[in-house]
Amino acid sequence: MSNIPSDLRYTTEHEWVRLEGDEAVAGITDYAQSELGDVVYVEVFEPGTPLTQFKPFGVVESVKAASDLFSPLSGEVLAFNQALEDTPELVNDDPYGEGWMMRFKPSDLAELDNLLTAEGYEKMLAG
Amino acid sequence: MTEPLLFELSTPGRRGYTLPALDVPASALPDDFAREDLPLPEVSEVEIVRHFTRLSQLNVGVDTVFYPLGSCTMKYNPKINDAAASLPGFTRLHPYQSERSVQGALRLMFELQEALGEIAGLPAVSLQPAAGAHGEFAGVWAYHQHRGDAARDKIVIPDSAHGTNPASAAMCGYDVVTVPSDAQGNTDLAALEALADDSVAGMMLTNPNTIGLFDENVVRAIEIVHNCGGLVYCDGANMNALLGTSKPGDLGFDILHYNLHKTFSTPHGGGGPGAGALAVTPALEMFLPTPLVVRRDDGSYGLDYDRPQSIGRVRAFYGNFGIMVRAYVYIRMMGADGLLQVSEDAVLNANYVLARLRDVYHLSLDRTCMHECVFTDERQVEYGVHTLDIAKRLIDFGYHPPTIYFPHIEHLIEGAIMIEPTETETKATLDGFVEVMRQIAREAAEDPDLLHNAPQNAPATRLDEVTAARKLRLRWTPQ
Repeated sequence: MSNIPSDLRYTTEHEWVRLEGDEAVAGITDYAQSELGDVVYVEVFEPGTPLTQFKPFGVVESVKAASDLFSPLSGEVLAFNQALEDTPELVNDDPYGEGWMMRFKPSDLAELDNLLTAEGYEKMLAG
Repeated sequence: MTEPLLFELSTPGRRGYTLPALDVPASALPDDFAREDLPLPEVSEVEIVRHFTRLSQLNVGVDTVFYPLGSCTMKYNPKINDAAASLPGFTRLHPYQSERSVQGALRLMFELQEALGEIAGLPAVSLQPAAGAHGEFAGVWAYHQHRGDAARDKIVIPDSAHGTNPASAAMCGYDVVTVPSDAQGNTDLAALEALADDSVAGMMLTNPNTIGLFDENVVRAIEIVHNCGGLVYCDGANMNALLGTSKPGDLGFDILHYNLHKTFSTPHGGGGPGAGALAVTPALEMFLPTPLVVRRDDGSYGLDYDRPQSIGRVRAFYGNFGIMVRAYVYIRMMGADGLLQVSEDAVLNANYVLARLRDVYHLSLDRTCMHECVFTDERQVEYGVHTLDIAKRLIDFGYHPPTIYFPHIEHLIEGAIMIEPTETETKATLDGFVEVMRQIAREAAEDPDLLHNAPQNAPATRLDEVTAARKLRLRWTPQ
């Protein structure tokens, strides 16, 4: 069974978001990394790029597939996890920790209501 | 790998060629152009000949093995195609020759346009695009030009589509909206209805779809899109299933690209280029890329550039002419009856493989297929064996593996094994392949490590694809 931390919010496209002060961090879920298989490349839009909820913020590539990454909230890109440039396997090893992908500044926290809770996400996976 | 790189064969001072004695006054290279650090390999002529001959013997192709690479239509490429394309009257043409001096080549192109228009039921054809995705790009662009309607900013694409479809639509500036497959693998009509409004410019559909199934909802799906004012694009990559049986134009499609290098032999360009001819309805003809080949009133052939509404050129000169010659020869050799039999046999072969493997490999959609069948690894996963392991094990038996992990449709098809036998294989070849696939299914249950460690009987064993993708090494450097 995949790991779904209860303190995060989720998109239906398998991204998670965590609020840290007035910033936020996003990545892909444990389920997403296990479905993708070995991640070989991650790219996130340049800092300063505006984000729209549920629109792309970058790309993740594994040995099996290349997929868009969808922003959990609107806002603006602050930083990309540079560690993923040389060690994209962090996404597989620690998807909610060292495998984070983007730090950003959310512009509308009311959008959190559009996201799934851990319980909702788990229910979605159970299909 | 048993064959060293040319750099590794290098011995300082060794030469494959010696220049003749200097018969002009010696003059030094300008300092700007002289360099000391150019580590080119130094080998003798016989060493380089053996090196490349050995590499050529490692090559795997349709002329050496059964190659059931789904979605690629790896059919046998008749040698007469190459013989015709090698005729000096074709190979020695120059693209700037006068029309009068290339009448034969122009006639061939004209007649190919006519044949492709007839097969598609879409009479206006451009041979310009250099490959399938290039045809898509030109087709969507031509369509966009036709609309001149910026308010329609969406293209609808099924979740089973080739990745090139959304890429082409996005390149032309459209937003891509995904329509799901229904439980039978057809376009989900209710979902399509819900999407179809006046923001939809069109839909791109592959039929048969990438699951190898005839989309039973195709006519209704086209109606829905037409009713909301959109056009419908057919990705013709799977035309090998439909020759002579079903014309996309009759189904209601407005635009179609062919992959000449799949349907009309020269798979994967026969190692060379492809060709993505574009066929459209008469209403869209004016937007096709220029030049079109026309027959003039006096019976001569010419290149027509006088098409003010055209999207213009999409490629230098006249497209990949050598592939057109091969497609033309193939169509003329087959004739209408032969082409019909191509599709019937391609569909029969795929269903034979499906029927003989369905009890050992999982079918996500248990339906009669068209020209290819899609299994998954669902029954092997319990032994820790995955699609990749099955594909690698096939190499041990001398087969090129099928297409794997495509199509991928969440909750419907995961871990795909996509087998397209084509019409050119004998029953004996198919039986041999089927027996090996059945043996691999037994091995998966009894000795999974045999599959995890495959291939063993190949010039290279299991490659570390993850490290290769993560740590790209694109240049040879001395150790």
